[in-house]
Amino acid sequence: MNRKPIFSLRGVEYAYPGAPSRALCGLDLEIAEGEWVALVGANGSGKSTLAKICNALLTPTQGDCFVMGRNTRDETCVPDIRRAVSLVFQNPEDQIVASVVEEDVAFGPENLGLPSHEIRVRVDRALEMAGLASCRLKGSFSLSGGQKQRLALAGALAMQPAALILDESTSMLDPEGRQSFLSCLGSLKSAGMTIVQITHRMEEAIQSDRVVVIDSGRSVWDGTPGDFFGGAYVRWNFEEPPDVSLYRELLSRGLLPDGTLPDVGAMLDALCLS
Amino acid sequence: MQFLSGISLGQFIPGESFLHGLDPRCKIISTFILLSGLFMASKAPDFALWAIFLVCLSAMSRIPLGTILKSARPVLFLVAITVLLNIFWTPGREVFRAGFLRVTAEGLVMAFEMGMRLFFLVSFASMLMMTTSPMAFSDGLERLFSPLAKVGFPASEMAVMMTIALRFIPTLFEETDRILKAQVSRGADFDSGGLLKRARSFIPVLVPLFILVFKRAENLAIAMESRCYVPGARRTRLNPLAWGRRDTGAVSGLVAFISLVVLLDRTFLRHFSL
Repeated sequence: MNRKPIFSLRGVEYAYPGAPSRALCGLDLEIAEGEWVALVGANGSGKSTLAKICNALLTPTQGDCFVMGRNTRDETCVPDIRRAVSLVFQNPEDQIVASVVEEDVAFGPENLGLPSHEIRVRVDRALEMAGLASCRLKGSFSLSGGQKQRLALAGALAMQPAALILDESTSMLDPEGRQSFLSCLGSLKSAGMTIVQITHRMEEAIQSDRVVVIDSGRSVWDGTPGDFFGGAYVRWNFEEPPDVSLYRELLSRGLLPDGTLPDVGAMLDALCLS
Repeated sequence: MQFLSGISLGQFIPGESFLHGLDPRCKIISTFILLSGLFMASKAPDFALWAIFLVCLSAMSRIPLGTILKSARPVLFLVAITVLLNIFWTPGREVFRAGFLRVTAEGLVMAFEMGMRLFFLVSFASMLMMTTSPMAFSDGLERLFSPLAKVGFPASEMAVMMTIALRFIPTLFEETDRILKAQVSRGADFDSGGLLKRARSFIPVLVPLFILVFKRAENLAIAMESRCYVPGARRTRLNPLAWGRRDTGAVSGLVAFISLVVLLDRTFLRHFSL
């Protein structure tokens, strides 16, 4: 299947003003429509900078970033790029603009100058998708951590973007909150949305179509979750998913009947194919 | 150490009461009329009527009276200073003397009047903020100031600034509380010593608080930008303001009440001393 690229980054470099080294050093990456890509890498490897470049919040110091064929350097394209790409940050409290849930979700569509009835439709739909329909009139700051993160997601979805970038958006959630957030992402992916998920959690990377390892501002590995967990994750010092660790531990203590270690890569490939 | 729990100054309490449903412009205008009316009250029966009015408003807003009165707590210090200044520094007929301190009958009357006015002023202003979401409040202000936009007044930017400032109130309280607790857990003492020592002990709270708030403000600015906010650009609204009959009725009712209080004050209560 030959899908159109949503993001095309060619030799992208970025240096923060006054920083001794570059955050991105000639990064090349292409992400196609409808893909769910997990960006993994150590802290400071350049993942968040990459997310901001893809949303035209930062302009590359070298190289080019194209979003749906539009160059982020072109000021006239920036509004269209931001409409097409929504960003959800790590801390939801840093994204809450309004004190009432529905007003916060409406903030983006209001900036687009849409008529109120259309804003209402978008807000209702986004709240429904994020599972917050019953909280529309609640205070934004009275929500739980998981609900706040879903509020941030609803705010992003109300923009009806073609692509969603999640910058460690599940890091502050408890297991239950994370699971419901991920199932929401699963539905979005099924609806054809492109998802770029920056994460440190390997169990989240499993759910993606593709894993890209970012190291020192470069894309150093790119492949399927099956290939990644089949061996590459060891090379780049990532921890295996906790479920796999638990399986190995149980096996090593003789608490599981079969003594053969499974081929994790093959299992994941089978999962992805199914 | 008494932490900052329970402070409700300026915080919106979501609801669907009659007061919540009024147009924010109606509430802003009414609050100004109310405050002007308060300065026409000077006798105890006048303030008794104002107290009854406050109870009625509390019922109409479905916000418990205790919550409204609690909002006046942070300014009790200001009320106390005003009362003391008026008691001791108002010239007139002396009723009591202790050293250089001289209490006059006029001073006592003035202290009572000013204390009551300040108390009601804060209570009514809090009621405005408790029943109006920051977004609706800033929309109301924007519309009221919109005629000035013709002469270059940035009404729209001012409205967003106001929303953000109000949105940061709970964040500021939360962060201050968190830092206070963190410093106390590390042995900081905010309760003992003289005024200077106590003031100095707050430096380890203020420094991280300012750093944190600036960081969060920067993050929020990035999040707003990513949601297509452009300062000065035309924005539409999820809930466009609409002045209705009940808004006209509310303002008329308020004017009638103030006229009644003033009439009573100038006729039946003319010879009432306090």
